Amino acid sequence: MPEELKVGCARPVGASSDEEKKPVITGGPEEKKTEKGVPMIKVGQKAPDFTAPAYHNGKFINMKLSDHLGKWVVLCFYPGDFTFV
Amino acid sequence: MSVDSIFVHKMWNDNELSKMVKGGVPFPMLSDAGGKVGTVYGIYDEVGGVETRGRFIIDPDGIIQGYEVLTPPVGRNVKETIRQIQAFQHVRNSKGTEATPSGWRPGKMTLKPGPDLVGKVWEVWKIEMEDD
Repeated sequence: MPEELKVGCARPVGASSDEEKKPVITGGPEEKKTEKGVPMIKVGQKAPDFTAPAYHNGKFINMKLSDHLGKWVVLCFYPGDFTFV
Repeated sequence: MSVDSIFVHKMWNDNELSKMVKGGVPFPMLSDAGGKVGTVYGIYDEVGGVETRGRFIIDPDGIIQGYEVLTPPVGRNVKETIRQIQAFQHVRNSKGTEATPSGWRPGKMTLKPGPDLVGKVWEVWKIEMEDD
């Protein structure tokens, strides 16, 4: 179960990507990278793990992608709340 | 997931989304302040300071099976996402022995890739099957 966040007046910190902690990317010289040196996402390869605060069923929780191994996951990004999806 | 805080997520869910979907959003609404996760996934727009419309299908092994990225003005087709998940699940359950041709939906014919199928797809798959 995801841990529940204790939210007071302080704003919880944003998400953290476990990938960015890694010093630099392994892989051959041909490996394509984005401008920030992050490897390009490719189908058939592992989804970068991350932990992020979330609102779920009336609670604030911390969510880790790899906690959902064993299930299908749809990860959906969108520009902003109060817009469409 | 968006760059909005979890507090704004709560306001959006409680004040608007719960009026569209009974009980509100059933899945976690994640916050990615600063776009760190979006950057790793290649969909964060640094100029605008927002995530673009990226959608990733991740299988039970944590492998990305598919993704789609749109610029903000155009919304997505959720039915197509669900169709793709059903197709990936079918292929996975078949342990890779079946493939789903264009326009496949659950219950429709699949293909069995192998030497016998080479050059013979036209015999079993017709263009009309895309839409039927």
